[in-house]
Amino acid sequence: MLRITRLPGLALMLVALALLPAAAQQVTITYWQYEYATKVEAINTLIDQFEAENPNIRVVHETFPYDAYNQRVAASVPAGRGPDVINLFYGWLPLYIDSGYLQPLPEDTFPPEEIERDFAPMVRAAKMDGRYWALPTAVRTLALFYNKDLLAEAGLDGPPKTWDAFLQAAESLTRRSGNRFQRLGFGVAPTGQDHHLIREVLFRQWGVTPYSEDGRRVTYDTPAGTEALEFYTDWITKQKIGVANFFPGDSGYREAFMQGLAAMIIDGSFAVGSIRNGARVNWGVAELPVGGPTNERSNFGSFWAHGITRNARGAKLDASIKFLKFITSESAMRYWLDTVGEIPARAALAQDPALASDPVFGPFVASLPYAHATFFVDEAGQRQVLVDAVNEVTLQGVAPETALERAAQREQQILDDFWSKR
Amino acid sequence: MGRRRFGIRLSLNARQALWAYVFLLVPMAFFLYIRIWPAFQAFDLSLREWNIVGEVRTYVGGANYERLAGDPRFARALLNTLRYTVVGVPAQIVLGLAIALLLERVTRYRGLLRAVYFLPYMTPIVAAAWVWQWLYSPNFGPLNGFLDAIGMPAQPFLDSPAQALYAVTAVVVWQNLGFVVVIFLAGLQSISRTYYEAARIDGAGARALFLHITLPLLNPSIVFAVVIGTIQYLQLFTQVVNLNFTDQGGPLDSTLTIVLYIYKVAFQRFQMGQAAAATVVLFAIILSVTLFQLKVLSRRIEY
Repeated sequence: MLRITRLPGLALMLVALALLPAAAQQVTITYWQYEYATKVEAINTLIDQFEAENPNIRVVHETFPYDAYNQRVAASVPAGRGPDVINLFYGWLPLYIDSGYLQPLPEDTFPPEEIERDFAPMVRAAKMDGRYWALPTAVRTLALFYNKDLLAEAGLDGPPKTWDAFLQAAESLTRRSGNRFQRLGFGVAPTGQDHHLIREVLFRQWGVTPYSEDGRRVTYDTPAGTEALEFYTDWITKQKIGVANFFPGDSGYREAFMQGLAAMIIDGSFAVGSIRNGARVNWGVAELPVGGPTNERSNFGSFWAHGITRNARGAKLDASIKFLKFITSESAMRYWLDTVGEIPARAALAQDPALASDPVFGPFVASLPYAHATFFVDEAGQRQVLVDAVNEVTLQGVAPETALERAAQREQQILDDFWSKR
Repeated sequence: MGRRRFGIRLSLNARQALWAYVFLLVPMAFFLYIRIWPAFQAFDLSLREWNIVGEVRTYVGGANYERLAGDPRFARALLNTLRYTVVGVPAQIVLGLAIALLLERVTRYRGLLRAVYFLPYMTPIVAAAWVWQWLYSPNFGPLNGFLDAIGMPAQPFLDSPAQALYAVTAVVVWQNLGFVVVIFLAGLQSISRTYYEAARIDGAGARALFLHITLPLLNPSIVFAVVIGTIQYLQLFTQVVNLNFTDQGGPLDSTLTIVLYIYKVAFQRFQMGQAAAATVVLFAIILSVTLFQLKVLSRRIEY
């Protein structure tokens, strides 16, 4: 009797013993990103997939409001808490790297030459001191959003391919009485994407490389650079195809476009969702026009990247590396595109014919090979410098040459401040 | 004799006081830890370099203050804050007093009118600022519609480096007015009618009544309104941020205030040490201005 009753207990113990090593290996890692409904859902689904493939790893997903992101991280550091894998805007990477918060990606799992072969060239902005510190799932580029009906009304059968055609269309579509606008030919937004347009598109099309190779020197203060800046400010002061803050508010230029009160805007792929949901007009997307002395294509790219923090050690580090590998894989990127609507960071996917011919994402994807991500060391400060240069010219009548010289000096000061502390 | 061998013998009053202190200790400790201690930490932080994410806070001595002194944006923020205060405080005191005096005279709908003037003060600042953005809009705003209708050229208001600061000040005055009116109405009510009656018998005119009775006896209210108003303007932030949300403090720093400067340096550019140094400077300014005002303005209260 005794023997029989003990048997199931014994079996249970054996089973438990067999499971014990697996249970001991169970490791939990934490992933942080900012709160954005579709991204949260997408990551949750990806985590489920990842956990199914790796039963001994559990990923805890935590999100924070965008505005408080850096403060949250800062608060978690002294407390010794915080994520193992974190999603960061690439412009913050220098700050996080210098703080010792991130660890470089291990070169055996993520060989730099493989990253440079497989990912869009802009990802190089995540390389510092010869090593990669983070990798993105998706990237963003800029494109021209245009109102199809208005352009047709102006006699154009498609979006403008050159800046000349762009200006012509914009001028004929602008409606003004006195100095009040009823409709903009172009939704001017120096504080929106236009400062990127000047920095990485117009400067380069005018043959100016905005920064030195090592990112330490401002090199746009040249006669050609002045011409590029003036080309832009002329839209506001001479051709008068638009005005800043036409619609008050956070992204008024986009609102105006969605209401049909701006015929064209330049915006990022991240704007597709809002425009899709909110536009009351028949709209299309095109690659940015070409022009300038070089007549070349150029674009600005940016991305949110996943990095591994110094919290990840031992088994957690191994799990974090696996997770990073997973969320930057081709399949994750495809899923991301379908659910979040952001274009994949891997160049191979960018060559995907279905994606390239997509009427909305196609132009963004086509821009990947020639998109430059500015190496920002102080994103807010550097942005302000160029916004101020535009305002000096358009609001105060300062000569573009002087405005650009001042901007270059101010931005050089910011770069010097950063590099002198390293 | 030996009835209480241990402990100190206390009177009833002393014991009650002791208990009061014991109860006060809890909020006091909380206050010290939450408000006073961080203030000292800000002093300490102003002598260090810290980028908010890093663990190391390097001691740099007065370097942050030197950088502050050499930063034209900070100089601009100081100058702007001075302008806001010098224009805004007198404007809201004069308007507030005028409206309070008028409200004193009306007998019908006084409560309703008082509520109307107080309403802007209760409106959330952010919401009001966003509505004002539209009111000021050069292209769609009713203000420019009005100017247009009477044949005046449209004004850029918030988009002009020359006009923006005054446009912001007008919004702040509009919003604070209700509060000032209420203070003055309370002050006016506390002045005894007998003074006026006596003066009238002596043949004093309306002007004399105002200058020699109302104004002096209203002095405590005026001092209060000036001190509170000055502190409000020295700490101006929310209106400025939301009236030009995409270029906060702009255009070209024309609306930048000290507090907004601190916010941008700390939480957009992550230079916590320099931001802390600016906080210390602001603290010193508010402290000295308030002490000065209390000393100078309250002198005439005694009669």
